[in-house]
Amino acid sequence: MNDIWAGLEAAFWLIVTLDADLVEITLRSLQVSLSALVVASLIALPFGTWLAIRRFRYRRTAIAVLNALMGLPPVVVGLIVYLLLSRSGPFGVFGLLFTPSAMIVAQVIIITPLIASITHQAMRELWAEYHDLLISLSTTKRQRIMTLIWDGRRALLTAALAGFGRAIGEVGAIMIVGGNIDHATRVLTTAIALETGKGDFALALGLGFVLIALALAVNILIHTLSRTEQEGRW
Amino acid sequence: MSLTLSQAVVKRRGKRILGPVDLHLSTAEITIVLGPNGAGKTTLLRVLHGVERLSSGELALSKPDAQARQEQAYVFQSPIMLRRTVRANLAYPLELLGTARPIIKQKVEHWAERIGLADALERHAPRLSGGEKQKLALARALIRSPDVLFLDEPCANLDGRSTREIETLLKDAQLRGTQIVMTTHDLGQARRMASEVVFLLYGKVHERADAKAFFAKPDTQEAQAFLKGDIIE
Ligand SMILES: Nc1ncnc2c1ncn2[C@@H]1O[C@H](COP(=O)(O)OP(=O)(O)O)[C@@H](O)[C@H]1O
Ligand SMILES: [Mg+2]
Repeated sequence: MNDIWAGLEAAFWLIVTLDADLVEITLRSLQVSLSALVVASLIALPFGTWLAIRRFRYRRTAIAVLNALMGLPPVVVGLIVYLLLSRSGPFGVFGLLFTPSAMIVAQVIIITPLIASITHQAMRELWAEYHDLLISLSTTKRQRIMTLIWDGRRALLTAALAGFGRAIGEVGAIMIVGGNIDHATRVLTTAIALETGKGDFALALGLGFVLIALALAVNILIHTLSRTEQEGRW
Repeated sequence: MSLTLSQAVVKRRGKRILGPVDLHLSTAEITIVLGPNGAGKTTLLRVLHGVERLSSGELALSKPDAQARQEQAYVFQSPIMLRRTVRANLAYPLELLGTARPIIKQKVEHWAERIGLADALERHAPRLSGGEKQKLALARALIRSPDVLFLDEPCANLDGRSTREIETLLKDAQLRGTQIVMTTHDLGQARRMASEVVFLLYGKVHERADAKAFFAKPDTQEAQAFLKGDIIE
């Protein structure tokens, strides 16, 4: 019990005094996950939208594959990326293993299906709702897509936020491909795992609070978005 | 604009839900499509508007297809609201045409006034009441001053006052030169509005007549039974 109290108190001070390690690790986490978010969104938002409005032969298969990819265990993603990026792997020449870039690659693979899937569902719903009107007004393909993207903007942002939430809290894959190297690839989740293992609860708890705060912020944003959706503000 | 269906058939999952229909619409001011549930009224309207594909037969218009569609408007049975403000909903069909902003603004405000939503321009359209949505959908359809306006049960689930307001708007549009084709379940409304009647049964045009003659005494037994309120299956 004393350990926990002492840990909490120390964690509190680490945060209040903006401890150098804590700040560095937090910033790296944000850098990695935000980069992954940008890349994944660039792929997943257009792809999910396209999947929702475009009828083609293997659409059902594509959706099934997407859902299956969403269930990929991060550790396995880590293993695969590791094999691809390792010296003897096909992309070994780039020397990306144990760099933040490798972690970004792994996170992109983990969150792209999630963002695409949420986007697909929301846009499919919107398209079903709008379909007859947009056809009746003889909109061009471009006008349809612009209308759906604009009126679905909150859903798209929600999908992106969900992806970010998953990325920032993920540990299995980035541990494998990043290696949790101090001052290089150590991020919130891997640092917590390490410090807990070492018994340094102060730093682990401090990082934990930061992580919780980030996750909470993301959820509050998602919630706020759905409220503005219902009330039609913004 | 004249619309002509020849041997038009619509099939769904192998089942024929409309046709074969031969129908020529041109001069009538207000054509009311009547018939029991499932007779094919909605399908017929959608076919005429070109949003429902024919399985066989054809639809001929007196204008090129693309132009014709721009000059038609359709009010769906359950109004489709864009997830935007009332103002943005009204502006949308004009924005698609690239109309100049000041003209859009002026027309939007004019129509909001006409449907009693002048004070609600900034409200979120999906949160309007059923009657307000229906009126908004109608105004959004009329804002392009269409040649032809299709309406699918525009007053279903509306109270007397909203129904009267909508009928007034429709009569007015018709006087300004819009040809109206609508379905209704409300025989009172059909009597008040129709200049001609198309009576559908089992996906076919069972009877077509001038409104006065039809309501005085329809030619077919089925239409007589329908007007009496008997259940026809
Ligand atoms: N998407 C569909 N799939 C299968 N059957 C349909 C579909 N839409 C309509 N139908 C059938 O077609 C017939 C005509 O429908 P509809 O045009 O909506 O009739 P109405 O508007 O006169 O009630 C009905 O029997 C209906 O069940
Ligand atoms: Mg119907």
